[in-house]
Amino acid sequence: MAPSLEQYKTEFESAQRRRRTAESAQQTRMREDALSRFLELGFPTTRQEEWRFTSVAPIASQSFTLAAPAVDAGPVDVTPFRFRDVCAAELVFVDGHFAPALSTRSALLGCVRAGSLAAAVSAHASEVETHLGRVAPFDRSPFVALNTALFADGAYLHIPAHTVLEHPIHVLFVSTGGGAAPLQSHPRVLAVLGDNSQASIVESYAGPGGARYFTNVVTEIVLGQNAVLDHYKLQQESADAFHIGTVYLKGARSATCASHSVSLGGALVRNDVVAVLGGEGGGCTLNGLYLADGQRLVDNHTTIDHVMPHCGSREIYKGILADRARGVFNGKIIVRPDAQKTDAKQTNRALLLSEDAQVNSKPELEIFANDVKCTHGAAVGQLDEDAVFYLRSRGLDRSEARRLLIHAFAGDVLNRMPLESIRIGVEEILQRQLAHALDAAA
Amino acid sequence: MSTSTETIEQLATREYKHGFYTDIEQEVIPRGLSEEIVRLISAKKQEPAWLLEWRLQAYRTWLTMKEPTWGNIKYGPIDYQNIIYYAAPKKKPALQSLDEVDPEIRRTFEKLGIPLEEQKLLSGVAVDAVFDSVSVATTFKEKLAELGIIFCSFSEAVQNHPELVRKYLGTVVPYSDNFFATLNSAVFSDGSFAYIPKGVRCPMELSTYFRINAKETGQFERTLIVADEGAYVSYLEGCTAPMRDENQLHAAVVELVALDNATIKYSTVQNWYPGDKDGKGGIYNFVTKRGKCAGVNSKITWTQVETGSAITWKYPGCILQGDNSIGEFYSVATTNNWQQADTGTKMIHLGKNTKSTIVSKGISAGHGQNTYRGLVRIAKGARSAHNYSQCDSLLIGDKCGAHTFPYLEIRNSSATVEHEASTSKIGEDQIFYCRQRGLSTEDAVNMIVSGFCKEVFRQLPMEFAVEAQKLLSVSLEGSVG
Repeated sequence: MAPSLEQYKTEFESAQRRRRTAESAQQTRMREDALSRFLELGFPTTRQEEWRFTSVAPIASQSFTLAAPAVDAGPVDVTPFRFRDVCAAELVFVDGHFAPALSTRSALLGCVRAGSLAAAVSAHASEVETHLGRVAPFDRSPFVALNTALFADGAYLHIPAHTVLEHPIHVLFVSTGGGAAPLQSHPRVLAVLGDNSQASIVESYAGPGGARYFTNVVTEIVLGQNAVLDHYKLQQESADAFHIGTVYLKGARSATCASHSVSLGGALVRNDVVAVLGGEGGGCTLNGLYLADGQRLVDNHTTIDHVMPHCGSREIYKGILADRARGVFNGKIIVRPDAQKTDAKQTNRALLLSEDAQVNSKPELEIFANDVKCTHGAAVGQLDEDAVFYLRSRGLDRSEARRLLIHAFAGDVLNRMPLESIRIGVEEILQRQLAHALDAAA
Repeated sequence: MSTSTETIEQLATREYKHGFYTDIEQEVIPRGLSEEIVRLISAKKQEPAWLLEWRLQAYRTWLTMKEPTWGNIKYGPIDYQNIIYYAAPKKKPALQSLDEVDPEIRRTFEKLGIPLEEQKLLSGVAVDAVFDSVSVATTFKEKLAELGIIFCSFSEAVQNHPELVRKYLGTVVPYSDNFFATLNSAVFSDGSFAYIPKGVRCPMELSTYFRINAKETGQFERTLIVADEGAYVSYLEGCTAPMRDENQLHAAVVELVALDNATIKYSTVQNWYPGDKDGKGGIYNFVTKRGKCAGVNSKITWTQVETGSAITWKYPGCILQGDNSIGEFYSVATTNNWQQADTGTKMIHLGKNTKSTIVSKGISAGHGQNTYRGLVRIAKGARSAHNYSQCDSLLIGDKCGAHTFPYLEIRNSSATVEHEASTSKIGEDQIFYCRQRGLSTEDAVNMIVSGFCKEVFRQLPMEFAVEAQKLLSVSLEGSVG
C-alpha cells in the first residue's frame, strides 16, 4: 500500500472511533466496504481513461488532516458567500461540519426536512439508508469511495410528496483551510424529492483565498414521479484548493431535473455529474460554465444515462481559459437498448484567451437503440476578430470589446439559470475574474 | 511407401545442405512465431541484412507489448502461436469455367454488376487469351515506367530500390508503434510499393487490382507510398469482390509520405468475409494506416468504405507536419449481423495553417456495433489550424449500436475546431414517401442509405463509387423488414 493511502486508513480508524455508536451496523459496514474499495482502487492515474488529462498527483502526494468539529465557528466569516435573496433555509457547514449557529431555517415549511445528515442518520435511519450510498455507487470511483468512508456530515434534504418550495434551499460549505496542516473534508449531500414535489437547491463551496485544502464532495439526488428540481452547484474555492465533486441524479417517471454547475475557483477541480433517467418521460438539463486562469485545471465529466424510453436531455458546457489554464470536458450520452424515442442534445464550447491555454474535449455517444435523436457538437476557438473589429468601429476600446464578447459567450449558459440572484452573483464574480485574466493576458 | 522414403531422403539431404529451409517451395513454414521464423521469412525473401535487423528489433519489441484492450470490440483470444506467418504462394487449382465457382459468390457478382471477364479473374478462373490480365498489367507498367514511377510489390522494391525503401520504411509507422503494427513489422510478407518522382502526376489510378503478383499477399501486408515534391497519385486498395478468405487475423500497415506540394489520395474498399449470420467466422482486421504530410502544401486524403470483416480496427491518420498541409478523411463503415467496427482517424496538426476535414458515416444493422473513434490534436506550434469533423450514424433495427468517441486536444488558441455528430434512424415518413412513389421498402432503404453516404462516395474514383454503392446494398441485405 502506498504511504499516502495508509494515511487515509489511519484517519478512517480514528474517525470511526469518534463516531462509534452514532451509526447503525449497516452504515458502519458500508463505510468499511467503501474504505477497502478505496484502498483497492487507489488514486487514479493518467493511464486511466477517465483521468487521462487530469493528474491527481498533487492530492495524492500531500497529507491532509480530517477536520475536527469546530467548537467555535465564530471567526469564520461567511457573509460574502451567503445567499443574496430570500431562501427557505440556509445550511452552513464549516470544514464539513454542520454549524447550526450560522444556519437559518426560519422560512421552511414544517413538513420539509433540511438539516444535518449525521443527525438524520441516527434520527431517521431507515429513511436515510434507503438512499444513502445507493444512488452514487462507490465501487467505480475512488473518490466516491473515499467520501463514503470518511464523510463526517453533510446536508439531508427531504421534500415530501406534493410539496412545492417557493424559495430555494442554500447549502453552503466553507473551508477554513487549516493553515500549516492542510485540511480535508468530505461533505455529503442527500436530497430526496417526493412525487409531484418541486424545489430549488443551491450548493455553494467556498474558502479563504490562498488557502490550500482538499474538498471531496458527493451529492446524491433522488427524484420521485413528476418531481421538478432546479439544482445549482457554485464552486468558488480558493485558487490553491483541490475540489473533487460528484453529483449523482436519479429520476423516476416524468421527473424533470436541471443541474447547473459553475466552477470559478480551485487549483485542481474535477466535477463528475451522472444523471440517470430511470423513468419514462423524464427530462434532464445539464449546464455548466467554468473559468480558469493561472495554472489551474478544471475538469468536467458528465454522463447522461437514458435507461427508459421517451426521455429528453439537453446539455451545454462552456469554458473560458486564460493564461496557462487547462480545461477538460468529457460528456457521455448513453442510450440503453430499451430507451426508444430518446432525444438528446449536447454542446460543448471552449474559448481560449491565451497562447498557453489548453483544452481537451471528448463528447461521447453510446447508442444501443435505433429510434433516437442524438446530436453533439464541440467547438474550440478564440474570440472572433471580426466581432472585435465591429465593436471597435462602434467606439469601444479593445479590452472593452473583448470583455463584452466573453460576457456574451458566458451569458448563453447564465441565461439558462432560472434563479436571478445566482445569475447576478455569478456575473459579478465573472466580471471581476475576467478583468484580472484579461489584464494578465494583455 | 515411396513418398515416405522421399521425405526421409529430403530430411537427410536438408541437414547436409543449407540448413532447414531449402525446400520451402513445397512447404509452408511451421506454425508459430519465434526469432527463427522471422529470420526464415527474411531469408526466404532474400532481404538485405538491415531489413532483417529491423524485423528482429520489431519482434523483440513485440514480445514486450500487450494486446490493446481499449477498443470497443469483443472477440475471443487470438493464439499468435497458431498462425502460419509465411505461406508460399498458394497454388489454387485453376477452375475451368465460371460454373465451378461457388454459386453464392456468383450471385454477389451479379448484384455488383461486375463484367463477366472480371468475374473470372477475381474468382481465379483461368483467364482466356482475349482478356489477358498479365499483358494488361504489363502495358500499364511500361507506361508508368516511362514517367519514372515505381510501382511494384514490396519485395521487388526491397531488391531493386533498397535505398528508397530504407529511407522511408518505418518513418511514419515506426516498428514500435503499436501491438499489431509491430507484429506486422516483424513478419510482413509482401505488399505494394509506389514512388512518384518529382513533379509527376500519375496518369491513372494505381490499384493492386492491376498488379497480378499482389494477389495472395496474405495476412500481413505492408504498403509504402512516397510522393516526391509536386507529385500526385491516387491509389486504390482492395477490390469490391467478396473474398472468401479464411484467415483469421489481418494486420496490415500502410505508410504514406507526401513531400512538398505533393498529393496522395488513398481509397480503400474493404469487403473481407464478415462471418455468417450467427457471427461465426470472419476476419479480424487490425490495420495501422498513417500518412505524413512532410512537406509544405502537401495533402493526403483517406477514403474508406468498410463493409466486410467481423472486426474492423483501423484509424487511418494524417500527421500534418508541413505548413499549409491538408489532411482529409472520408469514411463509410457498415456493420450488419454480428460485425463490429471501431474505426476513425487521427489528425495531428503540427505545422502552421494546417487543415483537416473528417466526414464519417456509420451504418449499423442487425446486431452490428459501430464505433467512431477519432483524435484531433492541435500542437502548440500549429498556429491557425483548422479542423472540421462530422460523424453521423444511422441505425437500422433495434439490436444494433452506434458509438462516438471523438478526442479533441487543443494546445493553441488560434485553432478552430468544430465537431458535430448525430445519430438517427431512417424515418418512417421517408420510407413512406418512397413507397408512395412505387419503390419497395428495400429499395427505399437503399436509396436513403446511399444518400446518407453520398458525401463519402463522391470522393471515390467514379467506377468504384458505383460498385461501393452496390456493395453497400448487398451488405445490408436482409436487414430491412
